Amino acid sequence: MKHRLLFTGKKLIRMALLLLGVSLVAFLLMSASPLDPLKTNVGQAALGSMSQEQIAKLEDYWGVNDPPVERYLGWLGDFVRGDMGTSLLYRQPVSQVIGQRLQNSLWLMAFAWVISGVLGLTLGVIAGANRGKLADKLIRGYCWLISSTPAFWLALVLLVVFSVWLGLFPIGLSVPIGADAADVTLTDRLYHAFLPALTLSITGVANIAMHTREKMADIMDRDYVLFARARGESTRSIVLRHGLRNVALPAITLQFASISEIFGGSVLVEQVFSYPGLGQAAVNAGLGSDLPLLLGITVVSAAIVFLGNLMADLLYGVVDPRIRRGAART
Amino acid sequence: MEPILEVRNLSISFTQYGRGTRQVLLPVIRDLSLAVAPGQVVAVVGSSGSGKSLLAHGILGILPYNSHMAGEISFLGQPLTPRRAAAVRGKEIVLVPQGVTYLDPLMKVGPQLRKGRRDQSARTASRAVLERYGLGADTEERYPFELSGGMARRVLIATAAAETPRLVIVDEPTPGLDARAARRVLGHFRELADGGAGVLLITHDLELALTIAHRVAVFYAGETVEEADAADFAAGRLRHPYTRALWDALPQNGFIPISGAQPGPGEVGEGCPFASRCPKGRPECMGPVAYRELDGGLVRCLYPEGGEQP
Amino acid sequence: MMGWNGRKNALLLLAVAALVLCVVTVAGGLLADRAMTTDFTRKNLAPCGAFLFGTDWMGRDMLARTLAGLSLSIRIGLLTAAVSAVIALAMGVASAVFGGWVDALISWCIDLVMGIPHILLIMLISLAFGKGFVGVVAGVALSHWPSLARVIRGEVLQLRGAVYVRTAEKLGVSRLTIAGRHMLPHLLPQFLTGLVLQFPHAILHEASVTFLGFGLSPEQPAIGVILSESMSYLTTGKWWLAVFPGLSLVLVVVLFAAVGEQMRKLLDPASVHR
Repeated sequence: MKHRLLFTGKKLIRMALLLLGVSLVAFLLMSASPLDPLKTNVGQAALGSMSQEQIAKLEDYWGVNDPPVERYLGWLGDFVRGDMGTSLLYRQPVSQVIGQRLQNSLWLMAFAWVISGVLGLTLGVIAGANRGKLADKLIRGYCWLISSTPAFWLALVLLVVFSVWLGLFPIGLSVPIGADAADVTLTDRLYHAFLPALTLSITGVANIAMHTREKMADIMDRDYVLFARARGESTRSIVLRHGLRNVALPAITLQFASISEIFGGSVLVEQVFSYPGLGQAAVNAGLGSDLPLLLGITVVSAAIVFLGNLMADLLYGVVDPRIRRGAART
Repeated sequence: MEPILEVRNLSISFTQYGRGTRQVLLPVIRDLSLAVAPGQVVAVVGSSGSGKSLLAHGILGILPYNSHMAGEISFLGQPLTPRRAAAVRGKEIVLVPQGVTYLDPLMKVGPQLRKGRRDQSARTASRAVLERYGLGADTEERYPFELSGGMARRVLIATAAAETPRLVIVDEPTPGLDARAARRVLGHFRELADGGAGVLLITHDLELALTIAHRVAVFYAGETVEEADAADFAAGRLRHPYTRALWDALPQNGFIPISGAQPGPGEVGEGCPFASRCPKGRPECMGPVAYRELDGGLVRCLYPEGGEQP
Repeated sequence: MMGWNGRKNALLLLAVAALVLCVVTVAGGLLADRAMTTDFTRKNLAPCGAFLFGTDWMGRDMLARTLAGLSLSIRIGLLTAAVSAVIALAMGVASAVFGGWVDALISWCIDLVMGIPHILLIMLISLAFGKGFVGVVAGVALSHWPSLARVIRGEVLQLRGAVYVRTAEKLGVSRLTIAGRHMLPHLLPQFLTGLVLQFPHAILHEASVTFLGFGLSPEQPAIGVILSESMSYLTTGKWWLAVFPGLSLVLVVVLFAAVGEQMRKLLDPASVHR
């Protein structure tokens, strides 16, 4: 137990250091940008008609003249106290914007994560256990095609087919236009989230299935599978008894590593469906030079990715008897 | 007595890529013949890299997909077709593999022994067979990584003894064990043979093989070069120069090393593969050499030891 | 010895895919002017004999625009994949050869880069370089190296442990000679396949980031720009603006993936069996 706590503690410290690094890198990249936030947000023409005083006020608001080091240290100090600053575009606390947006995105991502996990694992195991046969070829073909397809284009095609041609689903947004937050039903939410979630799932399945197949194929070449065959076990029994058991460990890693991919996909998909999630906010913040918001989103998404990795490591310790029992003994 | 297993002119080869896009057929076992009678331990002895393990996989019908097998195998007098092999393996023909890597690393020993059966009789049986090999009931709850080398070996033997095999194929049972443990493990196989099963023991260790084997087939570069009674060795009634060299290389017999190296698969011509290392090698040895009977044994040599010159 | 087999198949596939990609690149380059020509007498034409991919609201030939965009995408893909592969090689080798704190630092950097969702990182880097061509090239090139660097690090570590390398070290062969004579030949296939397998990712990410507005500017003929513009016209039924350019992009990426996969098959030592 002590060993495990030490392990978790070490991981947490490493994670905190990485997050610090992420925030610093993101900040440096943003402050290195030659793009002028005033021009992008106020517009060249409007700027021309303003007085020096007004411009100075705006420059102050967008933080153009503050020295970067001071700005970063100020941000970091606030962040540690739980304050992520104020979004310049939305004129709301960053934590509030992220909280709201994350809630919308979580619907999408959780759905896609579960579907791609379950379906991807199943297809991957089937393909890996039937290497070179028809099922394997079909599944590999699907994975190959989908991994060569940009997620946003897939989203566009689904939008054209299901919303424009068939009229089955709305063109965008997470709730009906003009609806009061209180009136929004779960059905409305599902209805609006369906196509984006479907797009994310289709791409996610391909990724997980492809990697699971490799692992499964590798397992089918192991000595213990050969011995199981020598003992008269059928292919079915080998896959169910030994294949699934041994593919479970790499599957955990794959599943948690896919969080990063799904987040990336959601940025694109939300843009196509104008779904007001975290990804869309990130794009807006980037295009509008909203430094506090973009910094906040980067740190939060990196934290989610690192937490996912940590979960995978911890789960490994519970599932793998070599770690579980090995650690208990020493 | 009718043999349990009879292998006639077996050859196993693999398709491989040579240079560029050319595919070549690589023979690993050529023209192998042997027979195992009930209650008999037949040892196949050869140095590593001679393709011995593939013999076991070939009999069980579990060779990899890029291999080809030719020749005849009969089991209990009937041809052992792939379909029949699938039906009898794990039941009437069992394999005792080399080491702990042949056990599922994430499954406890008990369920592995029971092959997925959960009923009470299976539990009683698995406990009994572990006990037979001196393993306590707690062994069932262990994972393979928690077994010592000797325990793992006994668990592997238990997987075979849990069935009612007519033929036990044993692949390299002794590496990693000290002499006493090795002798004890081999004793277990002798017991199985004494119970009426045929045992095919595949090993590189001639000395240990001789402690339990009735007959010994010597394997060199994919061929059987000699088949002899175990008693022939001590009596000095050896036929093939390679067998003689193997015997002389044992510590108690002078420890004389054999110079040169065994040719790998694909490096063997149609002649005797040992010719280049043979002290009595002659130009004729590069031509075809028949496997023939001599003195109650079989030999593949034009000028066998102690035999009259042809 | 046998007539037709997997390796010959792989070679043929490789050659055909490479040829098609070359043709697309050259054709797109030549069609760049035609792609920009506007003609309002022929605007919003659905696909027909004269304009296979139709025309847009400014009467531009979508086939020419698509080919020009693909050509640009391929060239950016080659450039970025090459740069990131070289970074990966340098990082991987440095990490494995120097070990110690260098290794720790590089591993930390790899974890850091992999911790930020990929698209977000490219957006950030592109912003730092002021978006446009430079921005997207820097973004894609500087974010794709970690996974290949890890592979190369592992490979070098394994090679350093190999008996013949250690023997050479003991015999006093200089480090440079060892690296050149013993390590490079083993690393080269890994490196080349890694390089080619980066193309598809690089191209897809370039298109995605451009689509989001962080990449190539709207004046340039790029697939991301075409698809982003098409969004405003999709609801009015002009499906061809999105479908054909996207499909062509998929085709190009599939071909690149095929080239990489066949190369991997041919260079992988394990493929001798079969």
